[in-house]
Amino acid sequence: MTEKKYMNPYLAGFFLGLTLLATIYITGRGLGASGAVKSTVIAGVEIAAAEHTSEATFYKEYKAEHPDGALKNWLVFEVIGVIIGAFISGLISNRLKFSLEHSPKITNRVRLAGALTGGLLFGFGAQLGRGCTSGAALSGMAVLSTGGLITMMAIFGGAYAFAYFFRKLWI
Amino acid sequence: MGPLVPDVIGNELNFVVALFIGIAFGFILEQAGFSSSKKLVGLFYGYDFTVLRVFFTAGVTAMIGVIVLGHFGLLDVSLIYINPTFLWSALIGGVIMGLGFVIGGFCPGTSVCAAAIGKIDAMVFVAGSFIGVLLFAEGYPLLEGLYKAESWGNVRIFETLGMSQALFAFMLTVVAVGAFWAVTMVEAKVNGKPNPEFANSRPLYTGITAAAILIGLSAFVLPDRKEDIANLLNDENVISSYSPKFITSDELAFRIIDNDETIQIFDFRTFNEFSTLNLPKSTNIQLSSLFEKDTQNKLSLKDQKNVFIAGDEVTARRAAFAAEELGYSDVYILKGGMESFKKAYLAAQPEKTESLDTNRFRIQAASLIPDIIKENMAKKGTQVKKQSKRVLGGC
Repeated sequence: MTEKKYMNPYLAGFFLGLTLLATIYITGRGLGASGAVKSTVIAGVEIAAAEHTSEATFYKEYKAEHPDGALKNWLVFEVIGVIIGAFISGLISNRLKFSLEHSPKITNRVRLAGALTGGLLFGFGAQLGRGCTSGAALSGMAVLSTGGLITMMAIFGGAYAFAYFFRKLWI
Repeated sequence: MGPLVPDVIGNELNFVVALFIGIAFGFILEQAGFSSSKKLVGLFYGYDFTVLRVFFTAGVTAMIGVIVLGHFGLLDVSLIYINPTFLWSALIGGVIMGLGFVIGGFCPGTSVCAAAIGKIDAMVFVAGSFIGVLLFAEGYPLLEGLYKAESWGNVRIFETLGMSQALFAFMLTVVAVGAFWAVTMVEAKVNGKPNPEFANSRPLYTGITAAAILIGLSAFVLPDRKEDIANLLNDENVISSYSPKFITSDELAFRIIDNDETIQIFDFRTFNEFSTLNLPKSTNIQLSSLFEKDTQNKLSLKDQKNVFIAGDEVTARRAAFAAEELGYSDVYILKGGMESFKKAYLAAQPEKTESLDTNRFRIQAASLIPDIIKENMAKKGTQVKKQSKRVLGGC
């Protein structure tokens, strides 16, 4: 079976916008992703080194804001939904398979090293910038937050500035 | 009136909502092609601008939606989460994310999506992001200064730029549509041929563009509901020709003595005046609070007569007018304002009227009301005021 075509980007954008709008109307907050990574990391550290989390500032500040525990978090539930939703979409469009993509000029190993490094940088940057492309840039744009729009421009501006140096990974 | 959490939808049910919103979010991202890193980074090399199209369309749609809902009083924008602005961490964090984007080919949301359909590079990206968060957490003592520097609060871009929300929204819509047009040109040039998906549908896209600009314009042209009412309130003719429903001091006094559960009082005097003397079942509010969710929830309580009192009748009249414009009709204003109530029941000698019955009632009531007020104020002093807070959000 062949893969189905992707949805028209403007139509997808419109649906995504409506989803975000519904989120804001119902919950008063926007969409996100990196926050769930943060919750999972904190929950992991709590199990692995409980003493450490009661001492270090970062964990203490987080605990003060989230008294119910790290995993009882809106974004954790939302991201579980994202996994389900993406899986359903992949299923109905025949895109479920183990694969990876990169430029023919590089090996799979280089691609995986790039993915690991990129993920690390994105995870770190999203903590510093208080949100990623979803939580800061997209949701910030919907509510016209100054900080969200600054982060958005920094993400895309930064990516364009560095794109030339990493072109071999992709083209 | 939104947001529906926590009043209409409880905090526990909100987690179920989160799951369903996530399913929609993940489904749309995957359908749009965001599970492919080659498609995502195409934005930075000019061969595929899907990300820009989806992202800008979604952002503009939601932005206009929020403005329209706020405009018609369906969403209390003062309660929704506005990402706080910390200038340096937003800029530096953003640039680091940009670097991560071109090296890793995903962002956190899209990596989760891609991992769900079996992309191995995405799974590795997710693992990398765990390490990145851990590094930040462990390095936090060193980074805290930068993380919290230049805090501007929950500011919104049009405030920062000193323009109206509508003007900014309109400009952003125009920029988005301009960008859609420009990137289609760039794409055709880089790929050596027009994108087949967009090549043969000129009229359709011209139509969509026109519609987008029109919707953007409508946000610019329509005045805010709040502004609309504020303008009416400043119009002397409108206020003087408005005929509100009245409650007299005597009826109010009777209901207070009777401990009537079917009235609630909104007191529009200053906080100081209110603290010195206030009536049972009264809440101190400002005219501007009428546009907030807390007040509207109270006003819309069934079986409750809303009594507006102020120092003088004119202020109460303006408040009642605003409330009726907002759709709350069960509003009565105290005739003569708080001053005439004081003269009738709280003065050394109750003010005389033409009716003998009333005079008799006043003398009796004046011996009861001061004590009821005193007792109630002592009780109220210990109560904590419940107020909705801005929703906590963010990543």
